[in-house]
Amino acid sequence: MSTFWSIWVTVIVLGTVFGCWWLLLATRKSQVSDSETERTTGHSFDGIEEYDNPLPKWWFYLYVATCIFALGYLALYPGLGNFKGLLGWTAVNQWEAEVASADEKYGEIYAQYGQTPVIELAKDEDALKIGQRLFANNCAVCHGSAARGQVGFPNLTDDDWLWGGTPDAILETLRNGRMGNMPAKGVMPNMNAAQVDQVVNHVLSFSGREKDAAAAEAGEAVFAQACAACHGADGKGMQALGAPNLTDNIWLYGSNYEWIKETVLHGRQNEMPAQSGRLSSDQIQILAAYVYSLSN
Amino acid sequence: MKHEIVEKNIGLMIVFIILVISGGFLAEVLPLFFLKEVNEPIEGLEPISALELEGRDIYIREGCHVCHTQQIRPFRAETERYGHYSVAGEFVYERPFLWGSKRTGPDLARVGGRYSDAWQRQHLMDPRSVVPESNMPAFPWLFDTLVNHKGTAAKLSTLQTLGVPYTDEQIASAADELEGKFEIEALVAYLQQLGTVLSDKR
Repeated sequence: MSTFWSIWVTVIVLGTVFGCWWLLLATRKSQVSDSETERTTGHSFDGIEEYDNPLPKWWFYLYVATCIFALGYLALYPGLGNFKGLLGWTAVNQWEAEVASADEKYGEIYAQYGQTPVIELAKDEDALKIGQRLFANNCAVCHGSAARGQVGFPNLTDDDWLWGGTPDAILETLRNGRMGNMPAKGVMPNMNAAQVDQVVNHVLSFSGREKDAAAAEAGEAVFAQACAACHGADGKGMQALGAPNLTDNIWLYGSNYEWIKETVLHGRQNEMPAQSGRLSSDQIQILAAYVYSLSN
Repeated sequence: MKHEIVEKNIGLMIVFIILVISGGFLAEVLPLFFLKEVNEPIEGLEPISALELEGRDIYIREGCHVCHTQQIRPFRAETERYGHYSVAGEFVYERPFLWGSKRTGPDLARVGGRYSDAWQRQHLMDPRSVVPESNMPAFPWLFDTLVNHKGTAAKLSTLQTLGVPYTDEQIASAADELEGKFEIEALVAYLQQLGTVLSDKR
């Protein structure tokens, strides 16, 4: 704040406090005593008159006390322009102190967990309790509070993994996030309606649910051309690309004919947001252990 | 001085009343107009795009700010949950600001990038399909209403007049950018940029 505004604020604030004080004392002078007198203000409305008594003593001193409190407050805390106050308080250093005292209390525990390998940490009851709270706060919104996922958001409690379920793969997913992208009609943009029907039947046949056996068989060639690059010729997927295994009857999107047709026709885009800017590396280690513990 | 002097001279009383009620404004509000901290953008802050601006107006129209705040206070409990506390320099292009005053839902000051676009769309279509405990209303009409871009250029040029550094090209191309966009796209674009300029979220 510039010197001008600093003085401006100081003058107004102190002026208000002393102005109140002056007004209080100045108007009191003309009044005779605290005890009830017969003196009235001199006006009368329909025969009703008004006594001219001063404020009760306790009330008067309460006013004086608020003025004194205001001066004390302005001496201790920032209120007068650039004057920082004798305590040196700011909202930011109060926050820093709060964070520092929490770090002192929990920092060691977190640091210790952060050093522990995920598999070992997944057996530590206390770490998992922290992990569960972190999960509820940061992950449950998409993956559900029981980690069973939703349509489009993977179930973390089964042992089927889009990007891999090893501790390192989970850590990588948490830290840097994942971008899943299935292009419409795979890598065969000119796929026609009949071929779409065939390939959907072929995908269904991996879990023995094809509607039309002949179409499913014909779909094998289409699958090989359009889908196998990512999902593999046998439909078992590829974790390096986040391409799901199509043979285990676990589905990220719907599993019936219409849903799969929709997926083939329009593709799917999905994203797991990166957490490394939001959570500390110790917290990510604990979360990885919690997620690992859900299926191991 | 006798208190009658004030009480019986209405002109004098008006002067005193004006002095008293303007004290707070003169000391607490007026200096802020000239204060560097509240007038200078933080590093990297850009005015939001035409699409995001229309999303912001949809946010206001649907009353999102009634249940969601956009200000993280400097308390550990808040910064642990939402990220870095809000600073004045983040809001210099906000007209009007959407800090809000009541949290029925969570604070959204740094919701940008926190969830995927797909989640935001699913959640606005049917909140309880992703968060069963939620009491947020659904906004299905955003998915089949096109953004009305008749006033977009005028909004941008008004903001430009008020000191938001939009370029003339941005204003000229605003309507074309929004052609064929659904309201949900504008709203999600707006949400996904919230609070992303302060990169240190911890």
